[in-house]
Amino acid sequence: MNTTCIMCPMGCALTVEEKGGVVTVVGNGCPRGEKYGKAEFSHPERVVTTLLKGLYGGVVSVKTDGPIPKDKIADLLAWAASYRLDHAVKTGDVIAESPVSCGANVVATSDFKGK
Amino acid sequence: MKKFDVVIIGGGPAGMAAALGAREEGATVALLERDDRLGGILNQCIHNGFGLHYFGEELTGPEYAKRFRDKVLSDQNIHVFLEAMVLSLTEQKVVRAISPTEGLIEIQAGSVVLAMGCRERSAGAIALAGTRPAGIYTAGMAQRLCNVEGYLVGKEVVILGSGDIGLIMARRMTSEGAKVKLVAEIMPFSSGLKRNIVQCLNDYDIPLRYSTTVTRVTGKERLTGVYVAPVDEKMQPVLEQEEYIPCDTLLLSVGLIPENDLLTGTSVEMSRVTSGAVVDEYRQTSAEGIFSAGNVLHVHDLVDNVSEEAYIAGRSAAKYVKGELPFSVTVSVTPASGVRYALPQKVHTGEGKVKLYFRVDKVYRGRTVVVTSAGEVIKRKKTLVMAPGEMQNIEIDKSLIKGDVCIYTEE
Repeated sequence: MNTTCIMCPMGCALTVEEKGGVVTVVGNGCPRGEKYGKAEFSHPERVVTTLLKGLYGGVVSVKTDGPIPKDKIADLLAWAASYRLDHAVKTGDVIAESPVSCGANVVATSDFKGK
Repeated sequence: MKKFDVVIIGGGPAGMAAALGAREEGATVALLERDDRLGGILNQCIHNGFGLHYFGEELTGPEYAKRFRDKVLSDQNIHVFLEAMVLSLTEQKVVRAISPTEGLIEIQAGSVVLAMGCRERSAGAIALAGTRPAGIYTAGMAQRLCNVEGYLVGKEVVILGSGDIGLIMARRMTSEGAKVKLVAEIMPFSSGLKRNIVQCLNDYDIPLRYSTTVTRVTGKERLTGVYVAPVDEKMQPVLEQEEYIPCDTLLLSVGLIPENDLLTGTSVEMSRVTSGAVVDEYRQTSAEGIFSAGNVLHVHDLVDNVSEEAYIAGRSAAKYVKGELPFSVTVSVTPASGVRYALPQKVHTGEGKVKLYFRVDKVYRGRTVVVTSAGEVIKRKKTLVMAPGEMQNIEIDKSLIKGDVCIYTEE
């Protein structure tokens, strides 16, 4: 796998490979790059931010309250696209607990009056 | 006429931080914002990554804005005027604005902080060739329509420019179900953060082509496609290699310009490099009592730096009113080899430390940043890598300043 390290502005080009159960990182300039490369290879995670639509109109911005596995992002976005919020929420309110078993809660990042 | 110690024009991140800075020094504050809520562009930046430096945690734009807004709105000595459009500013520091609720607002300010932010360069500004159909948006406009108003502006998208807003919108449009076919960047490098290239483009397999630009657009009522071509070393498109990409939407992320129209007709000295005012370390302009901070002063890449800068401007504006702003000889700060601009452009002699912010003119690896005063080296700093898209800073000791300051890079 080829990727770019994002731990600092250097942006080292990393090549990550697995041989016989051992993951090796090549191209990193420091130990942080090795750690990042291994994590990106074996369990890449992202915090997801998106919008939910209100049942009666309007939109509210949301985020996952922690990083979720990268391969769950598409499922979560599909869930978000079909979800309709039917009540008012305030910044920080949990809207859904671990939807699509993504392992994180979806919380509001702005206030929503319900429409 | 109303009277306030400090009048702040603009209620985005810069204006809010300036208000809090001015309150720290006990000033009465008027904060004028043309939108119907405080927060500025942060309100439409629903992605995260804000506040790592300022708050030590990762926040989304609306969350970052809320931290400041809650403080501003709970302070009885900050008078917030919403939907208030500032029409004029005089050197006598009279501010005139209009709002639907108050009509004409006239304020005599003790000092003024400019915090109007910046605007996006548009299709006209880059002399985009071809027809003028619907479907061509600046990236920030599309972001507002999507994230605040709830409208997706198109289904098949080409993005010109790989600045952070362009990259963020590539991911945003994809998340909302659109297909981003290409991000074209005229430069051989991106001015966006590495993290955004990885997490906004690579994660979604969105192609990014460097040294490539949009040469013309087609479509009568709605955009039907764009032509792209590589550019040569002189930045001229190689038309023999032009390629057609069908799409219904073109997003432009081609630069930001500080919005300083209000200063037309004043004596405020402007920088031709930053398109903002020339300031000293208190962020005071050449017109006494008029201060400037945030993207109206120079375009930032991190809001954290905006908050820090505006806080300084707000405090200084309040100190000016109290007559406590130190007066001393100023020296000029000029950029040389490898440095495109440095800010503040003027520094007072005296005690304490001052942080110089600067941008380099291209990507440098393993260079040393050198600061001289009256020809003598007063600071050296080794760097691993510096890119034009990432604002740098270096702190110097004011007591070492004996004459004009110069900042440059060397091997």
